[in-house]
Amino acid sequence: MRLFVAQFRRDLLVAVRSRSDAANPLVFFVLATVLLGLGGGANLAPGAIWVLALFANVLAVEGVFRRDHDDGTLEQLLIHAQPLFPAVMGKLAAHWALSGAPVAVLSPVAAIMLTGTTSGIGVLVLTLCIGTPALTLLGAIGSALTVATGRGGLLVAILVLPFYVPVLIFGASASTAAVSGDPVAFQLLALSALLAGCLTAAPFAVGKALAISQEY
Amino acid sequence: MQDHLLVAEAIRCSVGDRVLFSELSLVVRPGDRVEIRGPNGSGKSTLLRCLVGLHEPDSGAVDRTADGVYVGHRSGICGRMTPIENLRWFAGIANASANDESLATALIRVGLGPARHELCDSLSAGQQRRVSLARLLVGPTPLWILDEPLTALDDDGRDLLGDLLAAHCSTGGAAVCATHQVLSAAPGARATRTVALGT
Repeated sequence: MRLFVAQFRRDLLVAVRSRSDAANPLVFFVLATVLLGLGGGANLAPGAIWVLALFANVLAVEGVFRRDHDDGTLEQLLIHAQPLFPAVMGKLAAHWALSGAPVAVLSPVAAIMLTGTTSGIGVLVLTLCIGTPALTLLGAIGSALTVATGRGGLLVAILVLPFYVPVLIFGASASTAAVSGDPVAFQLLALSALLAGCLTAAPFAVGKALAISQEY
Repeated sequence: MQDHLLVAEAIRCSVGDRVLFSELSLVVRPGDRVEIRGPNGSGKSTLLRCLVGLHEPDSGAVDRTADGVYVGHRSGICGRMTPIENLRWFAGIANASANDESLATALIRVGLGPARHELCDSLSAGQQRRVSLARLLVGPTPLWILDEPLTALDDDGRDLLGDLLAAHCSTGGAAVCATHQVLSAAPGARATRTVALGT
């Protein structure tokens, strides 16, 4: 817990000090929403919002370890954080709080702009709250694997997008079903199961991938 | 007290086809100051990364019975934080029981008293190196592993490191230090043993 808190506080502090970097994915989400609204009209499926949230997530998570790797704080973390699991969780929690959570908060506005209806907005926000942490955890594995190569970007996207697909399918399906008032319990449960799986397994995979990244 | 802090047994490392070192064994006991010498590219940094656990040797084993602090080529400090914030984070992850007062004392010891509330991005390379060295003073860690610690340091910094090493090793600590400069010029930093690589 102490490791989690130490890492969480530090990453929030650094993110606040480099606001422009931290805000990039959110700016992307807002701009893409506006452009899609202008170009696609106001009767899109809520799945469109999920796709935007997913891309905003890839953009954000791609660089989550980059700065730490470059300045050497990552190797200090790997040497000293025993166990590594809570430190990785702290890092990713801070990252999600500034990337996934704001997207979930802004999604009702996006939903009204793009779908033209307020029905099912609660479910959309709920699916994003469950789904985006899972995306962050999965994306962090790709980010950790590529951190030492010096070029994440598209490579991370290609690596992790296949693993994003189940989250996207259940999230978008629940949001779409909610608009027409269909039952959504199954999709929500499946999404929660995916998140539970990611929470338990992904930090280990991230830790292992980071350890490998330091071998050169 | 344990009779050794670190044992490396017959470790071997290579880059591609080139073998950096093989059958290298090293025992570090309290009070030791081991100096790793060798020309550029001879594997000094790789050896230290093996000792600290960042790099897995091709064969052989490294057994650390004590905590080690590593100061490497990358500073390990975040430019968007002040020196004191960096140390606070370090103490947090390294499970060192340090309060702000003791962290400030460590920074004053390495000559960063007035600069300790400035962002590390605005510090000079030598000052950043001193922040890295302040990590050595956070909590009692018996083993120091230093990779070219003199880089970017001025004469005063060199003397400081000599004093720190002398004090550390005389109180049951040990240090493994890679350098191709003459660290022994610093008073009190004379090596008790030398490992030569690339010969």
